[in-house]
Amino acid sequence: MAVSVRIPTILRTYTAGESEVGADGTTLAEVLDDLERHHGGIRARVLDDEGGLRRFVNVYVGNDDVRFLDGLQTPTPDGTQISIIPAVAGG
Amino acid sequence: MSPSLSLPPLVEPAAELTTDEVRRYSRHLIIPDVGMTGQKRLKNAKVLVIGAGGLGSPALLYLAAAGVGTLGIAEFDEVDESNLQRQVIHGQSDIGRPKALSARDSIAEINPLVEVVVHDERLDNDNVMRIFEGYDLIVDGTDNFATRYMVNDAAYFLGIPYVWGSIYRFDGQASVFAPKQVEDAPCYRCLYPEPPPPGMVPSCAEGGVLGVLCASIGSIQVNEAIKLLTGAGEPAVGKLVIYDALELEWRKLKVRKDPNCRLCGEHADVTELIDYDAFCGAISEEAADAAAGSTISVTQLEHMLKEREEGSRDFVLVDVREPNEYEINQIPGSVLIPKGEFLNGNALEQLPPVDSGTQVVMHCKSGVRSAETLAIVQGAGYDDAVHVGGGVVAWVNQIDPSQPAY
Repeated sequence: MAVSVRIPTILRTYTAGESEVGADGTTLAEVLDDLERHHGGIRARVLDDEGGLRRFVNVYVGNDDVRFLDGLQTPTPDGTQISIIPAVAGG
Repeated sequence: MSPSLSLPPLVEPAAELTTDEVRRYSRHLIIPDVGMTGQKRLKNAKVLVIGAGGLGSPALLYLAAAGVGTLGIAEFDEVDESNLQRQVIHGQSDIGRPKALSARDSIAEINPLVEVVVHDERLDNDNVMRIFEGYDLIVDGTDNFATRYMVNDAAYFLGIPYVWGSIYRFDGQASVFAPKQVEDAPCYRCLYPEPPPPGMVPSCAEGGVLGVLCASIGSIQVNEAIKLLTGAGEPAVGKLVIYDALELEWRKLKVRKDPNCRLCGEHADVTELIDYDAFCGAISEEAADAAAGSTISVTQLEHMLKEREEGSRDFVLVDVREPNEYEINQIPGSVLIPKGEFLNGNALEQLPPVDSGTQVVMHCKSGVRSAETLAIVQGAGYDDAVHVGGGVVAWVNQIDPSQPAY
C-alpha cells in the first residue's frame, strides 16, 4: 500500500475498527476513491454531494491541511501519512 | 520547520506574594521558567472557564491549584449522576446542585486564595460580551458547536485569546486561538469553517466519552493557559494537538489562518454575533419537517402498545439507537435498527413492506436521531410513520422509572 490513512474514532465503523488503513493513489482524490472501494461509505463522510471536501472535516497530508495545499489534487507520494480530522464538540 | 513562537506574557505580575503563597506555590517558584515573577503573573490573572463539565472540571481544579488569582465559571447546568463518571470537580452530594456553585465549593477547598466569579447563566448573544469582558484568557470546555462558534467570535471581537479543547469517545483535540495577539494566527473558524450538519456528528450524550479523556485534554488546556499567562514556552498557536487514547498517540498538526475566513480573513463578513443556533441547527430541516405532525408522546405510545397486545392495532416499533445503548434500557416490544442502517439504505428491507399497511414507529434516546430517520422512512413512502418525542429518556421518566436512564 502506497499511503497510510489515520481514521478517527467516529469513522472506524467503516474500517471494522481499524485506526489506520492503507490505500493506493497518487493524489488525495485517488486515495479517497481507493478507500471507498475497500471501506464503502467512508468517502461521503469526507466529501459532500458535489464531491468537494466537507468544511467540518479536515484532511491532512503529512503535517498540512490540504485546504491550503492543492485540495483533492494534493499529491500523495509513497509513504505519505494522511489524517482525517473531523470537528467534534464534546466537552 | 516553522520558527519558534513565543509570546509576551498575557498578564503583568502582582506586586508581591505573601509568605503563605510562597509556601503554597514553592514547587512552581523553583522552576526557572515560572519563578516568583511567573507565579505573580498567575496571581494577577483573570481566567474564564466555560463549562464546569468534562473539560471544565480538570481545567478549573488545576488552574485553581496553580494559583490563578481570579477564576470565572460560566455554567448554567445542574449536576446529574451521569456527570460523575468524568466531571471530577463535582461529588455525590452535589447531585441536583448548580454546577457553578458545586465547582466554586471544590475550588475553595483546593485553594482558598482563588477568587471565584460565578456566572450561573446560559451563554447567549445577549450576555456573552458582558461576561467575557475583563478576562485575560478564556478556556473553552463547552459541549456543542453553537456555543463554540459563539465563544470564538465573541473572544475575537473582544481580543481575548482562548484555549480550545474538544473530546469525543477516545479522541481529543486542543489548540490556542489568538488571532489578535499573533500575526497570521488562525481562529476556530479557520480550522473548521462550518459546523457539521445536525445528526452527522453525535454529541458525547449520544456517542459517549471516555471519562479520563477529559483529564488528558483539560490538562493540556491548563498547560497552554499557564504558558500564555506567564510567557513560558511555545503556546499551541497555529497548532492542532490531537490525541488518540486507543493508540496512545499525540500529534501536532499545523493550523493556518484562512485568508477567506468569514471572521478574521481579508474579506470578513461576520462583523457581529450571529444566530448560532441557526448556523449550527439543532436538527436538520428535513427532520424538522418530518417530525412536524408526526410526533407522538410516550403516553400515546404506551396506549398503542397495549392495543397492539390486544390485537386491535398493528405497528412496528423501531429503536434507532446503537446496540450498546439498547443494552442499557429499552421500550418493551421494540426492535433495534441503528440509525446508520437507515443512512446506508439497509434498514428499509428490514421494515415491513410499504404496501403491508403496517405503521412504522421510531424512537431513539431523546428524539433527535429518530426525527432524522423519520425523514428517511417517510421519504421511502411510509406516509403514516411517526417518532416518539423525548425517546427512551421520556419513557423511563414518565412510564417506567424502574429502568436505568443514561
